[in-house]
Formats: sequence, C-alpha cells, structure tokens
Amino acid sequence: MLKTRIIPCLDVHDGRVVKGVNFINLVDAGDPVEQARVYDEQGADEICFLDITASSEDRDTLYNVVSQTAQQCFMPLTVGGGVRSIEDVRKLLIAGADKVSINTAAINRPELVSEASEKFGRQCIVVAIDAKHNQSDGYQIFTHGGRTSTGINAIDWAKRVVELGAGEILLTSMDRDGTGNGFDIGLTKKISESVSVPVIASGGVGNLDHMVEGIRDGMASAVLAASIFHFGKYSIAEAKKYMRNAGLNVRI
Amino acid sequence: MINIAIIDYGSGNLRSAVKAFEHTVKDLNTKVSVNITENSSDLDKATHIVLPGVGAFGDCINAINNLIDMREALDKAVIRDGKPFLGICVGMQLLAKIGKEYGSHKGLGWLNSEVVPIDTLGSKIKIPHMGWNNLMISNRHPIFEGIPNKSHAYFVHSYHMTCKNEKNVIATVDYGSQVVAAVGKENIVGLQFHPEKSQTIGLKCIQNFISWRP
Repeated sequence: MLKTRIIPCLDVHDGRVVKGVNFINLVDAGDPVEQARVYDEQGADEICFLDITASSEDRDTLYNVVSQTAQQCFMPLTVGGGVRSIEDVRKLLIAGADKVSINTAAINRPELVSEASEKFGRQCIVVAIDAKHNQSDGYQIFTHGGRTSTGINAIDWAKRVVELGAGEILLTSMDRDGTGNGFDIGLTKKISESVSVPVIASGGVGNLDHMVEGIRDGMASAVLAASIFHFGKYSIAEAKKYMRNAGLNVRI
Repeated sequence: MINIAIIDYGSGNLRSAVKAFEHTVKDLNTKVSVNITENSSDLDKATHIVLPGVGAFGDCINAINNLIDMREALDKAVIRDGKPFLGICVGMQLLAKIGKEYGSHKGLGWLNSEVVPIDTLGSKIKIPHMGWNNLMISNRHPIFEGIPNKSHAYFVHSYHMTCKNEKNVIATVDYGSQVVAAVGKENIVGLQFHPEKSQTIGLKCIQNFISWRP
C-alpha cells in the first residue's frame, strides 16, 4: 500500500538554512546538508529545499548545496524557488534534485511546464500553487509571497498545469501559511479532487492533528511542514507515530 | 576487478544513480570502479552494466539508439556475454518489447513484456504512483538478499510493465492492482522503484547487484 508522505521543508538563503533547528548532534545548524541528513535519519519520506535567495547570481551556491545533499541522502529531494527556465531545471536535476518545483515562472509562461515535463518527464515537475481565499471567486492564485494577485482561479489553474504536464502539485494556502492554525482543508480537498496527480498540502501546520486532517479531510497525498519540525516541537518520527495511531498509512 | 558501466544517454537521474553506486562501493572490500559512459566500446571492459532512466519511454529508447553502436554493444554484453545488467525505473521498462507511452515504441525486447499505463480500475488513485510502497517479493532473487518482504521502496511512475511470462516477475507492489516492481531473467534484473532513492534498502539492492554472479 502506498504511504502518506511527510515532507519537511527547509528554507535556504544564500546556501544557509533559515530558521533551522539546533538538533543536539548538529555541528552547524545552518547547514542545509546537515539538516537534511537529520531528517533523513528521522525517517522523512522526502525533503524539500525552498531557495529564498533574492538574487540569481547566488544560484551556484544552491547547486552546490543540492549536490552535497544528494551525495549523503539517498532519498527524494525536491528543490524550488526562483526556477525560471528549462536550464534552471536541468541544472538542479544534474546537481541531484529528483523533482523541481516551478511557481511564478509557470504563471508568467505556462509553456515552461509542458516543455520541462516533455524534456525531463512529468514525474520530476512539481508546480507550486500559492492560493488565497477570495469572497467573489473562491480561491485565487497569488505570487510574491501572497502579495500579488493574478486574478486566476486556483482550481482552474491546478487543472491547467496538470494538463500541461505537472506530475505533482505543491499547494500552499497563503491565508494559513505561518499561522499554525492548520491547513485550509476546503482548498486542499477541492484541488485534490480536481486533479489526477498527487497533491502536497502546505501552509499552516501547527500541530500533529493538522497533519492528520490534511490527509484524511483534505485528501492530500503528502503533507509539507517547516516550522513544527525546525523548532523541534515534534520530530518526524513523532509525527508519523501520531498519524499511524490516527489510522493513516505511514512508513515507519 | 569489478567495472560498472552506467550508461549515460542524457537521463535526468544519472547523477543520483552514480552517487548511490559510488557510496555503496566505498563500503566494499573489493576494488570497484564506477564509470559513466556513452561510449559503446566501454561495455567490453565492463563487468556490470546499469541503465538508469527517467522520462518517457520513447525519448529514452531513442536516446539510446542515437548513441553510436550502443544497441549492438548492449546486445553483445548482456545477451551474448551474459554480463549482469540492472535497469532502473524506465531503464527497467526499456527491457520490454513494446512501450505504449505517447505512441508505441520498440524497446530492447529482452523480456516478453509490454509497458502500459497503470490501470486505476476506475478508482481514484493518483497517477503517477509516487512515494513509498511495500515490496511484495515473490522470488528470492539475489538482488533481494537480506531484504525483508514488505520493505518500503520509493516509486515514481505512471506506466508499468506487464510480463507474458509470470516467472520473470520477482516482486510486485499493490497500487490499484498488482503492479510489477521488479523483474529478473537470467543475468538481467530490473527495478521499477528507485534504489538510489530508497535509503538503506535501496543501497542494499545496489550492493547485491554488484556482488551478483549470475
């Protein structure tokens, strides 16, 4: 039976982890490679790096981080943030990423999704969707960390990117992100039911019940969380045990 | 002296496969060299041959066919000389006679099998089959030495292999229906999952392959 995936996400800035937890056995808490290794040991099902570096000249640092991680962690690695072209995707895959997440660039030029999936296979192309609730139109997608509205309906967009060749959707609720109040279950369920590909629920996890809800009620295939793991509130192993006790199929 | 040739035909996951092999080799007592190659003549020197693969069936087989003399060299090394061969993911699927992904394409044809879309049987399961699933080992092939039944392996695929000869199937996985997870025939073995991404179990498969003397 296929297992529900738990994916810790690391925000990486200039090759350093932002808000990394100081695990007791870590030499350098800011080192993404070390953080990834700990999550690997704790039983994470995948790892996600989100590059939040503003300038594009620092991309080489990211490739280096990805490459070093891939040398030590033999588990799936998704990398996103600032991916603008086929060349960016190619470089990340060569460095050792298994999946590459595309966000704003897909909105600016949707053909990038089809070009990338035709070239590298749809299994490695993730489209990240940042959605916000809107009174008149249900959910809309936003860019620039939820500040810029695109006027595009989130469900229509999810269907469109899957048609274009996305192999997975990383769905973040901008209303919930950073609040710790739980996933936007309505949004997650709507998107999960609208597309044939797996959906990763993201944005808002504050406790382990939220993770259970994302899968059970939101019908997501995977849950992504950052701060509850980073700050050591829960370990991956604790999260998995909790989810298993709630009747979900997890890999332990 | 073990000489592993990993065939480079532009597949996206080449590096991951190479890193996993290099990592495994470090722990072995015997001297092993891991070589990435697009050169058909390197297959003569090789003792083991690995074909990684992600992407679409047609693109992958075309890319191999476009490497000069590679098809002939593969046939010679694997079929005639009987060298141990490992196909990973699409690299396994290419063993089939036919692949029906974006049209119909001829594969290597070493196994009497076809590659077709995963049958959802009308259920709501997601495609690709993506994530960790339990290996149901039906044949204690040397590739599974020391690997318990129901171990978790990492899968990412939308198409699967159907074998005419059930004996070629050495492991399956439950996803809507019984999906072929591994195949074996004489000196040929294929893994639908990604050993290079399946943590300890995956690295053990790689180690087993390197020690395999079919």
